[in-house]
Amino acid sequence: MSIRETVNNPHSHWMDGTGPESDIVISSRVRVARNLAHLPFPHLLTREKAEDVIHAVQTAIENRVFREKMGRMELTRMNELTPVERQILVEKHLISPDLLENFERKAVVLRDDEVLSVMVNEEDHLRLQCLLPGLQLNRAWELISRLDDALEATLDYAFDEKLGYLTACPTNVGTGLRASVMLHLPGLVMVNQIKGVLDTITKLGLTVRGLYGEGTEAKGNLFQVSNQVTLGQAEEDIIANLISVTRQLLEQERAARQALFRERREQLEDRVGRAYGLLKHARVMTSEEAMSLFSDLRLGINMGIIKNIPAPLTIELMVLTRPAFLVKVTGKDLSPVERDIYRAQLIRKKLSAAQQS
Amino acid sequence: MECERCHQRPATVHWTEIINNEKRTMRLCEQCARELQAQAMGFFPQINLHNFLAGLLHNEFGFPTTGPAVAPAGARCEACGLTEAQFARQGLLGCGECYRYFGPRLEPVFRRIHGNTRHTGKVPERTGGKMRVINRLERLKAQLREAVSREEFERAAELRDAIRELEKELREG
Repeated sequence: MSIRETVNNPHSHWMDGTGPESDIVISSRVRVARNLAHLPFPHLLTREKAEDVIHAVQTAIENRVFREKMGRMELTRMNELTPVERQILVEKHLISPDLLENFERKAVVLRDDEVLSVMVNEEDHLRLQCLLPGLQLNRAWELISRLDDALEATLDYAFDEKLGYLTACPTNVGTGLRASVMLHLPGLVMVNQIKGVLDTITKLGLTVRGLYGEGTEAKGNLFQVSNQVTLGQAEEDIIANLISVTRQLLEQERAARQALFRERREQLEDRVGRAYGLLKHARVMTSEEAMSLFSDLRLGINMGIIKNIPAPLTIELMVLTRPAFLVKVTGKDLSPVERDIYRAQLIRKKLSAAQQS
Repeated sequence: MECERCHQRPATVHWTEIINNEKRTMRLCEQCARELQAQAMGFFPQINLHNFLAGLLHNEFGFPTTGPAVAPAGARCEACGLTEAQFARQGLLGCGECYRYFGPRLEPVFRRIHGNTRHTGKVPERTGGKMRVINRLERLKAQLREAVSREEFERAAELRDAIRELEKELREG
């Protein structure tokens, strides 16, 4: 695979649905922030110095020892991509939206399977990211730490004995680590317990946000939980804390689903069935409507109410039906109304293909 | 037709508002319509992290009496030239040296964000050198105290040996 395939193929390893607890934990992500010593942070870099950073990273990943340890990774400057292609990388969660601002100075390094990536000249010189399906935070940290070591073999990091890895924003200093899980929590939303649960989490030093949309109004009932503190805790402790909180959330979500099945089975099956019907037959579909229907459909699949659709397809559809991918698939600029029509068409096609296979 | 508010996205919503009996209509894109609606209902867009942080920093840096005055007011980092005012405004430091330069005045900020002022995690393999050993030593010592308090003496003896080994390594460089 190459960057070409990455921007043409909506699928990515993190959407596989293969990891542990993947009925609720969609994906696990670990990212660390690193900066090069003796250079201003990206927001103060001149164009030439920004170019120096990209060049240094390119040299580091082409180094023989790096290749032996990490295999081949490909660096792509953001200005080599079209605006739609750049947006696709965001929709696949491989880069952050911030990498699109002043994109002429920025680059992304990707491993073929899209599990490991490095954003260059985002808020920090380097942002290393590992994205895996299911609950695999320990594995993600292991991979990130190896990539980190392989880069540090030739790059001098800005590091302070007392403060750890130095970052542009003081909220990242220390480990520079942000670990997160993407959770599908429709059960807790339906039994109206989500607010209480999320409030509790924020008291434990963790942050919750809707993946699409904010707070408890999260579209598609997808929530991202991540650590807030980066200074004063070892990486392993930060991750262990997040895992244990995630496990509690899993328990709560499963209990909520069972309660729904027991107490309100007809309403639940009705809701799932309606979502499936609309997705199969609607002709015009907004992104928001699609997100909430995908969530209902996914819940139905995970609870055995819908049998002939694989659960990972719901996640792939969430990405595939975002605006930039629609433009890529249809090959033309679309008005919002046209987008809604193509979106409905694409969903019908994908669902009927899945049913037949 | 483009949105009359952001002048970027196409207008797809017909927006009507009545304020003090005066009616106003606009053609807006979905996003702007949503934002206006949220504002009309008393909600405002989520606080931007940098703004929020800048607020914290402003308290720290705006009133020098609260922190130990190391750098004179209006000072700048000698390495990258970032001024205190810039930092308080943007919430971003300019370079690694800024941490040393603004040093002690950042500590209250760290304490508020992280509840801590000292890194205890990973140390770079190549450039970290001695630091790595010291950190590991500290972790082993903490484990030893715990083992002793739980009366796990076999484990404690193992840990003690490992600690001696590391201390020897440190002495001999």
